[in-house]
Amino acid sequence: MTALATLGRAVLGVLAAIGRVAIFALRTITFFVRPPFYIREFSHALLHIGWLSLPVVGLTAIFTGAALALQIYAGGARFNAEAVVPQIVAIGMVRELGPVLVGLMIAARVTSSIAAEIATMKVTEQIDALITLSTHPMKYLTVPRVLAALIAVPFLVGVGDVIGIFGGYAVATGTLGFNAAAYIKNTVDFLEPLDVVSSLTKGAVFGFFAALMGCYYGMTSGRGAMGVGAATKGSVEAAAVLILAANFVLTGVFFSL
Amino acid sequence: MIRMEGVRKSFGSNHVLRGLDLDVPKGTSMVIIGGSGTGKSVALKCILGLVTPDAGRILVDGQDAAAGDHDAFLARFGMLFQGGALFDSLPVWQNVAFRLLRGSLKRPREEARAIAVEKLRRVGLKADVADRLPAELSGGMQKRVGLARAIAAEPEIIFFDEPTTGLDPIMSGVINDLIREIVVEMGATAITITHDMTSVRAIADTVAMLHDGVIQWTGPVSQMDGSGDPYLDQFIHGRAEGPIEAVR
Repeated sequence: MTALATLGRAVLGVLAAIGRVAIFALRTITFFVRPPFYIREFSHALLHIGWLSLPVVGLTAIFTGAALALQIYAGGARFNAEAVVPQIVAIGMVRELGPVLVGLMIAARVTSSIAAEIATMKVTEQIDALITLSTHPMKYLTVPRVLAALIAVPFLVGVGDVIGIFGGYAVATGTLGFNAAAYIKNTVDFLEPLDVVSSLTKGAVFGFFAALMGCYYGMTSGRGAMGVGAATKGSVEAAAVLILAANFVLTGVFFSL
Repeated sequence: MIRMEGVRKSFGSNHVLRGLDLDVPKGTSMVIIGGSGTGKSVALKCILGLVTPDAGRILVDGQDAAAGDHDAFLARFGMLFQGGALFDSLPVWQNVAFRLLRGSLKRPREEARAIAVEKLRRVGLKADVADRLPAELSGGMQKRVGLARAIAAEPEIIFFDEPTTGLDPIMSGVINDLIREIVVEMGATAITITHDMTSVRAIADTVAMLHDGVIQWTGPVSQMDGSGDPYLDQFIHGRAEGPIEAVR
C-alpha cells in the first residue's frame, strides 16, 4: 500500500509539473500578440541565440557530416553499397541529425544561459524590481527569448544541414574518391522538399522548447546558488528530453504523410 | 495613506504575518523594525502585490491595493531593494531611467537619459557613472543608483528595504541622510525596513516594531526610547535577555 501511495504521489507530481509547464507555455504564447513588445530585448536575444550560436552549430555539423560519410562508406562496403554515401548523408543530416544536434547544442548553450540568467535575476530580486517598475517579467524576459529562438533555430538548423552535408562532401571527395559534381548532383536529386520542411519545422519546435525551458526553470528557480544551479541543470535536462521526444513525434507525423 | 488591516501570510507551516494592522499617514516616514525573519519584507511585498496575502485588506488612499489597474497603482511607488536589484545587462542610466524608457511614463530617450543623470547627481554620483555597468560599481554606489532609480519617476510612495545593509558606517550615514533629504524634498510617503538603529533615528518620523507577525509597538521616533515596551527596549538596546527569544 505504501509503495502504491508513493507511486501515486510520483505520478501526480509529474502530471502537476507537466500542467505547470503547459500553463507557462500557453501564457507565453498569448503574450506573443499582446503589447507591449520589447523590440530591443528581442533583437538582443536574436543576436545571442542566432548569430552567436553559429560557430558551435557549424563545428558540430561539419564533424557530424564528416563522420557520417565515413560510417556510411564503411558500413555500405559490407554489401557493396558505398555509392549511397551522398544520399544517406543528405537525408541523415536534413531529416534527423541536423535538427536534433542543433537542438541539443542550443539546449546546452542557450537554455542553460537563459535559465542561469533569469534564476540569478530572481535570486537577486531583479524580477521583483521589474514588477515594481510596472514591467511584466514574462513579457520582458520570456517572450523576446522564446520568439527569438522560434525564429533563429530553424535558421541555425538550415545552416547546420548545409554545413553537415558539406562535411560529408569534403570527406567523400577528399579521401573516399567520390566525384565532386556527381556527389552534389546525387545530394540535390535525392532530397525532397518535405525533407527540408520537416527539418526547419523541427528547428522551430526545438527552439521553442529550448528557450521555454530556460525561462520556465529560471522563473521558478529556488533560492541561492543551489537554486540557480538546480534551475540550470533542470532546464537543460528538460529541454533535451523534450527535443528528443518532439523529434520522435514530428518524425512520425511527417513521414507517415 | 497606506492602511493594512488584519493582513495574514503563511508560507507552508511558517505563519509570517498573523493579522498585521498598520497605518502610514501621507507624507510621513515610517520605519519598521524587527528581528530577522519577522516578516518586514513580506509586509512591503504584500503592499506592492509581489506577495498575495492569505487574509486581510491593504488600502492605499482608501482604494483596495488588489483591485484596479495594477500598473497605474505601481507607478505611484518607488522601491530601493536590499541588494540594489540593478539590472546587470543595462548601463546605470538605463537602470535609473527604466520606467521612463517604457510603459505609461515613457519619455524620449534623450530626455530619459537627462533625467537619469540628474537623479544620479542628486544621489551624489557623477555623470560619468551613467554609462558604466552595475557590476563595475562599489556596493555603496550601487545603493545610490538603486536610490536614484527609486526616485526617477518622482513617486508618491517610496519603500526602502534594508538601505544600509552591507555598507560601512560612513556610507550608511550618507545613505540615511540622502533618504531623509529626498523624502522631505519630494514630500513622499516612505516606509523603510531596517535593523539598523542609527538609520531608524536618522530616517523615521514614526516607528513600528514587528514581532511574532503583528505590530508590537508603534509611535513617534521621539517616544521610542521611553516607550516602556519590553520588546522594543530589548530590540533597540540589542540585549540577548528579554521577551524576544534569542537563539544562542
